[in-house]
Amino acid sequence: MSTLHTVNKSPFATDALLSCLNHCSDGDAVLMIEDGVYGALANSRISKAVQARAGSVTLLILGPDAQARGLNSDKCLSDVGRVDYDGFVDLVTQHDRTQAWL
Amino acid sequence: MKIGVVISEGPYTHQAADSAYNFVKSAIAKGHEVPRVFFYHDGVNVSTRLSVPPQDERNIQINWTTLAKEHDIDLVVCIAAAQRRGLLDENEAKRQGKDANNIADGFRISGLGQLIEMGIQTDRLVTFGD
Repeated sequence: MSTLHTVNKSPFATDALLSCLNHCSDGDAVLMIEDGVYGALANSRISKAVQARAGSVTLLILGPDAQARGLNSDKCLSDVGRVDYDGFVDLVTQHDRTQAWL
Repeated sequence: MKIGVVISEGPYTHQAADSAYNFVKSAIAKGHEVPRVFFYHDGVNVSTRLSVPPQDERNIQINWTTLAKEHDIDLVVCIAAAQRRGLLDENEAKRQGKDANNIADGFRISGLGQLIEMGIQTDRLVTFGD
């Protein structure tokens, strides 16, 4: 049983991403969408906490939301993958449930 | 697979109604079924037909109405959340003694039972919100 977690708030505005990273289980996936994509920024004050889960949890951002905010790959942690909306749908179907961290 | 969707944030606030719209379009294009979208909390504001955004801008209500018609999606608006925010269909307006109604074509007012039912009848539930 695995869970897809979605985080849609900037980690610099709320603790949703950090709570999510602390609570999610190994084998889960965390998809950052909307302002949540800022969680993928390299060299930020939370990037260590994000990287720390990279081995056990699949970390992803929604590409269109990242692009809309100027977050090209060179600005992001290499541990964080990118999906489009089709990839988002696949993640929902591949995991047993989806949990939104609102 | 059957996927249910909940929207709990108002239109033009952040992005929830837009993210959900793009998600549902992709899911349907990939062959999944989205039988119902449940509008809850401020999300009920998507359902007003009196919204008039600038013409060169997306119209979130019309987008949902159109998508629902094309793919037979049941757009359900939570009645308790709707009444607090001044969203009434014809029956409710009559029942409450109001002189107007404002629910857009394709949306219907119903209760939390429809959310629970969607949870039971779909394989996945995805929430977009605030």
